[in-house]
Amino acid sequence: MNFSLGRRILLTLAAPVVALVFSVAMSSIVLLISGSNPVAAFGDMMSHASRLETMVDILNRATPLYIAGVAVAIGFRMNLFNIGVDGQYLLAALVAAHLGAMVNLPGVLRIVWILVVAMAVGAAYSGFAGVLKVTRGINEVISTIMLNAIAISGIVAYLVREWQAGGEILSGSASRVGTTPIPESGLIPDLNSVLEFFTREVGQGKELTGMLVIAILVGLGYHILVNRTRFGFDLRASGINPFAAQVGGVPAKRMVVSAMVLSGAVAGLVGMAEINQVGFFPANPIRGLGFTGIAVALLGRNHPAGIILAALIFAFLDISSGVLQFTGAASREIVVIMQGVIILAAVVAYEVARRARERQEARSAAEALGDIKPLEAA
Amino acid sequence: MAQAIELIGITKRFPGVVANDSVNLSVEEGEIHAICGENGAGKSTLMKILYGMQQPDAGTMKVDGREVRFTSPSQAIDAGIGMVHQHFMLADQLTVLENVILGAEPTKAFGRIDFEEARSHLKQVGEAYGLTIDPDDLVEELEVGERQRVEIIKVLYRGAKILILDEPTAVLVPQEVEELFRNMRGLKNDGATLLFIDHKLDEVLAIADTITVLRDGKTVATVKPDEVTAHDLAELMVGSELPTPETTESTVTDVVALEVDSLLVVDLEDRVLVDDVSFRIRRGEVVGIAGVEGNGQAELVDAVLGTRPVKSGKISLMGEEITLIPVRERREKGIGYIPQDRHREGLLLPAPLWENAALGHQTQEPFTSGPFIDRDGAKSRTEHIRQEFDVRTPNVEVAAHALSGGNQQKLIVGREMTAGPVVLLAAHPTRGIDVGAQAEVWDDIKAARALGMATLLISADLDELIGLSDTIVVMLRGKLVATVDPATVSPRDLGAYMTGAKQESA
Amino acid sequence: MAKIPAWLRWSLYAAVGVLVLTTVQGFDDTDSLTAAGSSQSMLRWAVPILLAGLGGLFAERAGVVNIGLEGMMILGTWFGAWGAVVYGPWWGIVLAVLAGGMGGLLHAIATVTFGVDHIISGVAINILAPGITRFLSSEILTTLEGGSITQSPRVPGVGTFTVPIFGGGNIGTWQSPDFFGWIAAREWFLVSDIASLAKGLMTRISWVSLIALLLVPFVAWLLWRTRFGLRLRICGERPQAGEAQGINVYRYKYIGVVISGALSGLAGAFIVSPELSGIYLEGQTTGRGFIGLAALIFGNWRPLGVLGGALLFGYPFGIGLRDLDGSASHSLILVNAIGLGAVAIWAATRRKRGDAALALALGLVAAGWYLLSDTLPDVWINILPFVIVLIVLIFFAQRLRMPAADGLRYRRGEH
Repeated sequence: MNFSLGRRILLTLAAPVVALVFSVAMSSIVLLISGSNPVAAFGDMMSHASRLETMVDILNRATPLYIAGVAVAIGFRMNLFNIGVDGQYLLAALVAAHLGAMVNLPGVLRIVWILVVAMAVGAAYSGFAGVLKVTRGINEVISTIMLNAIAISGIVAYLVREWQAGGEILSGSASRVGTTPIPESGLIPDLNSVLEFFTREVGQGKELTGMLVIAILVGLGYHILVNRTRFGFDLRASGINPFAAQVGGVPAKRMVVSAMVLSGAVAGLVGMAEINQVGFFPANPIRGLGFTGIAVALLGRNHPAGIILAALIFAFLDISSGVLQFTGAASREIVVIMQGVIILAAVVAYEVARRARERQEARSAAEALGDIKPLEAA
Repeated sequence: MAQAIELIGITKRFPGVVANDSVNLSVEEGEIHAICGENGAGKSTLMKILYGMQQPDAGTMKVDGREVRFTSPSQAIDAGIGMVHQHFMLADQLTVLENVILGAEPTKAFGRIDFEEARSHLKQVGEAYGLTIDPDDLVEELEVGERQRVEIIKVLYRGAKILILDEPTAVLVPQEVEELFRNMRGLKNDGATLLFIDHKLDEVLAIADTITVLRDGKTVATVKPDEVTAHDLAELMVGSELPTPETTESTVTDVVALEVDSLLVVDLEDRVLVDDVSFRIRRGEVVGIAGVEGNGQAELVDAVLGTRPVKSGKISLMGEEITLIPVRERREKGIGYIPQDRHREGLLLPAPLWENAALGHQTQEPFTSGPFIDRDGAKSRTEHIRQEFDVRTPNVEVAAHALSGGNQQKLIVGREMTAGPVVLLAAHPTRGIDVGAQAEVWDDIKAARALGMATLLISADLDELIGLSDTIVVMLRGKLVATVDPATVSPRDLGAYMTGAKQESA
Repeated sequence: MAKIPAWLRWSLYAAVGVLVLTTVQGFDDTDSLTAAGSSQSMLRWAVPILLAGLGGLFAERAGVVNIGLEGMMILGTWFGAWGAVVYGPWWGIVLAVLAGGMGGLLHAIATVTFGVDHIISGVAINILAPGITRFLSSEILTTLEGGSITQSPRVPGVGTFTVPIFGGGNIGTWQSPDFFGWIAAREWFLVSDIASLAKGLMTRISWVSLIALLLVPFVAWLLWRTRFGLRLRICGERPQAGEAQGINVYRYKYIGVVISGALSGLAGAFIVSPELSGIYLEGQTTGRGFIGLAALIFGNWRPLGVLGGALLFGYPFGIGLRDLDGSASHSLILVNAIGLGAVAIWAATRRKRGDAALALALGLVAAGWYLLSDTLPDVWINILPFVIVLIVLIFFAQRLRMPAADGLRYRRGEH
């Protein structure tokens, strides 16, 4: 409706903007208290981020964050909290990297094989939490937290040693330990040639990850699945009102398991960015992408495009703050606070906006009818 | 006589509605004062304002002649006002004693609750008013009537002199209503002032000393019961006669649409909820189930719909067994459902109307094409429902929560009816909606019945049950205990069957 | 059947537990399962879990789910360490409690005032808290002698005491007899084992541990015997009923959640104290806030149950810490197998055939593993508590009863 559409969009955008401004303000205050100049610090970060090489880094970081965000969002859409993305992606990446190196397949097939294994492992591990929920009534928040710990400090920690390929000289000059390297032909090629077609040559040996393409496909698939299909309708209905959905013929238990399986399958892809970059599963992989993924999904309101923005914001903060180490304008750790504040401020702002929107809708529905009827406030 | 309560020009607005529009009310000390009005007239809001749960936007309140301004119920309680809520304000997991003393706990040093003192005070109050209850029972173990007694004791425990009772008869059978009225008269004789909300006119005329009628948020009249008839009251409440749900002629055919055979339903702890129930509904027939809430009716409906597993027995739809198939298939085969709680089971409140219209039928034309949702088809069907069932909404994109209760209900009824169900399960289909919407829902059910729909009707409104049903069966503790003819049975007799006071002489 | 009082029931469980441990270590020719050191170390590991669990109890009894316990605990570790290093051990505890309480306050503002989903707010706090401590470390710890961005200098402790007579502690300067130590040395079957474990619980106990243990009966009294407790609990069961009686539900929810954070903060202070680490290390809480939550669920939202859960989950950690050759962890597998066997019998008597079969199968796997191996990979002990939590939940989740309005959004005036 025209009369409310404008306000609706305004309300939708206002909340994250307010959250961002609030977190910049808060961290500026913190910086001032600690004796740094916030203007200089943010200025340094901005100018650093405007370099092509930094942008490549930001995109490389945003890619797994986006995938993690989508994985979490799939659960959120039906009110399931998949806190276990961390465990799922690390386990998936480890198994996929190992099996990818062990099974001998020609080029593209190997790429597909690795991706399929990763998705299958993630799906199975996450699906287990779903099964526990529907058969045993265990809240998925608790079970995924426990499964996280079991996967990360148990299974992964054990297997990475079992499958360790010895301290070979890997990935350029640095000597890094991990699983057996996957042949170059089994890795998704970087996108530098595409990027350079539009810009200039990328320096410092930076490579734009090919997983970016997969991430975009994941986002598209997520959008179509959730917003256009019957399955997505069932998923959203269960999220909004599980009782009404069940009465409406949605098989509640199957939906829970399906959603967890799908979420886990996407989560399985999170670690692929790193695998494709270094060519094996490193003994000390990037952790915590799942938790950040929760933040990204929340900030992006579970919306396929919103999550893109959120992932870019978080990646920007992560990467561009690196420059602070060199300029000395502030401690780079300030961005960790910023991320925390953004997310807390955003969830509060969304809640306030949601309530404002509901009031607005009730009012405009009544006005449109020209029929101000009293209502029993039940 | 002195005025116990005086409200002058009370106004309360909510987004999009004016719930109370400069309402005046004057209640004399020691009387039973009824507030009448149909659903949505603003009665509950007014009482919540008086009890301090909501603050008015304008107007003044006087209690015992002194002007007051309540920002919390505790101030109302201090002023001697107590409220018995329609939806009981009790915690199931706490004991009766804990529930009663809550907010008025007698304490010893260090904030320790003096349970001895509490117990003896509770006993004293119970004896004084002839209301007995075991203080150590968990509330979850109590029946509806007992819970209401706890609510009343709770109010008396605080020494309230002015009692507000919000639709206290809604959940009671006629016999329990009589007992409630006896208690109310007893309280009045002890000097209490009672303010009670009701929309059943015969009840109001039977008990009230004074009646104030609210309509569209305004006071339209204050009358004495001996000056008016039920007809006059209805005229005041809705501007016309109250609609009655009477059906004219039988449309019952010989074709059995729904057959339930020896159905047994148990809960997780193996307690029997539905006990060996058998019945059939033929096309064009309405079978009403009478019963005090919590006697297995809801579970019976769940079992037929498929949301609750059955332990044994058989359910057949048009001769085909459906006992074990999932809800979705049952709905595709033609089971329609109007849930008793539209917010809990009927709607996706934050979702647009067209998605709500698709709910339950999302696998069927015109809501779907292949694995995808057909948005255009869904929207045009919703538009059709909106016109056909008079759902008042600016368009089909608004969220369901923006609609009034009556319009939400019409949307649900329209959604189920347009799908052309073979069997309709209707649980309290007109609960909490205004009389206009109520009459429309009745007409819709009657029209579909004439076209051959079989209906299983559950209602706490005995007039509705008697008026719409071709046959009434009575359910008590999970069993069907009686079958009665609605043409001959009175609400009072029905009530006797429902409480087990009367058994079928067969 | 007459109802056995809770304390007696739990004591009975404990005695049976010790019996199993004694029997098992008989097979494995070790005494580490019932050594005084084991119970001592179990207690040390249990205390943070217990405190976090009691914290969760306050929040959830008031109707607010608090998975931000972990984050609040992290705040507690940092402020506890910093306060202790700079101002002295007791100040560290005060600051940790305050910092945790601030985390709780944040959670209360988000969930109670703004109506944000409890899990979402908790996750946000778990993201924010390590950010804050990391920043503070970079600004402050790096300036301290022996500190760096990920760790603090040595953290001083508040001291310990040993119970006289029973544990051989001093009264004044007089060294009292060591009653339990004496029995333990007699090597009487079971009796000596119980005495040995009891001695461990009475020897060199941190004052904070003592506070934590005393909190259990205190909390039970506070929540079930006082006006404050009744009013707090109504907020978790049916806040509307409280509101209708003029109780300020928001205030009680705030109090519950702030206490929740404060107790988590105290747990953090304990983690950095010499009892456990003696140092602040980034990431050292390793999910203990979450285990506290699991102890709360295991304990069916009751203080004594939380204690039971904390000891149960703390035990394998405590064993693992002292278990250099992996033999004690190995014995624990057999204990697990026996436990699963008991569950199978329990389920069978209740005619839950599926559960019984599942428990039996898992028990046989554990027993087989025990028989076919000599030691266990060291990672096993790290995840054992989590595995136990999962298995406990698998069999008992449906018997648990959380407060009826726990986790639900409450707005004043909405029903």
